[in-house]
Amino acid sequence: MPIAQDSMEAIRAVTAPLESGPAPSPALIRAHGLSKTYATGSGQVPALAGIDFEIYDGEFVSVVGQSGCGKSTLLKLLAGLLPFTAGSVELNGKPLRGPTREAAVVFQSPVLLPWRTVLDNVMLPIEFRKLPKAMYRQSAVNLLAMVGLSEFAQRYPFELSGGMQQRVAIARALVQDPRLLLMDEPFGALDAMTRDQMNLELIRIWSHSSKTVIFITHSIAEAVFLSDRVIAMTPRPGTIADIITIELPRPRDLSVINTDRFGRYAARLRSLLDARGGLL
Amino acid sequence: MAVEALEARPCAIAAENAPGMLRRYPQFTISPAILLALLAAWWLATDVLGVPTYVLPRPQDVLRALLGGLSRPPWDKASYWYHAGITLWEAVLGFAIGSALGALLGLVLSHWPILGKSWYPYIVGFQSLPKVALAPLMVVWFGFGLEGKVFITAIITFFPVLVNMMAGYQAVEPERIELARSCNASELHLFTKIIIPSCLPFLFAGLGVASVLSILGAVVGEFVGASAGLGMLLMQFTQAMEIAQLFAVILLLAVIGFLMNHVVSLVERRYCFWAQRSNATART
Repeated sequence: MPIAQDSMEAIRAVTAPLESGPAPSPALIRAHGLSKTYATGSGQVPALAGIDFEIYDGEFVSVVGQSGCGKSTLLKLLAGLLPFTAGSVELNGKPLRGPTREAAVVFQSPVLLPWRTVLDNVMLPIEFRKLPKAMYRQSAVNLLAMVGLSEFAQRYPFELSGGMQQRVAIARALVQDPRLLLMDEPFGALDAMTRDQMNLELIRIWSHSSKTVIFITHSIAEAVFLSDRVIAMTPRPGTIADIITIELPRPRDLSVINTDRFGRYAARLRSLLDARGGLL
Repeated sequence: MAVEALEARPCAIAAENAPGMLRRYPQFTISPAILLALLAAWWLATDVLGVPTYVLPRPQDVLRALLGGLSRPPWDKASYWYHAGITLWEAVLGFAIGSALGALLGLVLSHWPILGKSWYPYIVGFQSLPKVALAPLMVVWFGFGLEGKVFITAIITFFPVLVNMMAGYQAVEPERIELARSCNASELHLFTKIIIPSCLPFLFAGLGVASVLSILGAVVGEFVGASAGLGMLLMQFTQAMEIAQLFAVILLLAVIGFLMNHVVSLVERRYCFWAQRSNATART
């Protein structure tokens, strides 16, 4: 354990008052006792056990954990793509039953349809949801402008770089105007430089769009940099080790990574993941 | 590793120095040269070395037979156009029916796994049967007319399309389906906007094979009994020992097969242009 006892105390001094602070706004998501067990050939495999959290409107919350800790499972449960085994989830006060328009997913890979132009890819959720295309076309164009891809609207995905493709995927998620954006390691496949750039871009988009974001990642630095709060998970079965509030001032730029406070948050998260996971 | 690198170097340099035209467009430079060499060898074998013409006709005789057969108007029954038209019609009809059924059934059997699994042993069994063995039966069932040839062509073209369509369905990226589900897509939309377009590259691979096989089906159908068509001409010329004419018809069949395949790749380039380029970049 690389963390000295006194620095742990210092982190607590920073985080403790914030954790007990009042909720900024009513909860958009309320998960209670959320559990998922996969039935496989060799028996029951628990992936998530007894997850409790509340996420407030407009918050940016990251979920970090080692691979296999069930963080992707958690995202699929929240997206309504997987049925949960026990517990309950409320989205905007209503129990979650399957996918809804309120929650949009950004997957690990961009999942763009190669036979559609960039603009038609962004319009896909509108077609699937049978919403009036003419009405949403302008917002699709605006979203492409927001992610900086206006001049690529009529291009095809294979003409775009990996980072650009993932920006199209973000525009596609936003086109149905969801309240919640569920992101499953969306920048995991990108190189480090592009990834930093995409993180800055994401913060900018998030601050402009007033969406709530749940962001799955295995990068502690990414989680601290982006988030209002970070949920640290233990593996097999996934449970919540702790939820850390990140009190770094916004707007943030990349220089915040080199500050002491950032380092202390990262160290605290690393110790949480270490202590319970046993692996580095 | 080091040895390989040393050995690879001079080769790479030599290739760089090769004339640009040859390296860039071998299909317009080297390919015609190969054709010329083959024709010269053919001419040498017959005119100079004296291979008997009933074994290998002289190239100029084959050309004369070809021009003779093609110079008559299409309604003349001695014209190659007439017979080529009939064979092509049989092949195209059989191809259309066989590949449409293959594509449809491929989707159905893949989408409902119970159907797919229960039919699979029979499909494998029927596929391992040499389909041309059914050709004589076609004469019994349908007589000497068009139907028998269309039927055998349809059976032959059915399988490559079916098998490729099933492979295409299996290869649909699960994330694409998850994306559709996350947007509450209907089953119909899932099919028309995700699954069928995703299967297109596989479908076209099957259609390419089927397009060539369709000529085979029509010709075999004509072998066992027909009153017209290039396959029937082949039988006639063989019996009359008209070897130059026989060669001319074989050449014609090769051209028709090539054209059928070319049409399929043109359609593929139009509707599936994204597939090849996407494989390189879009799959991250």
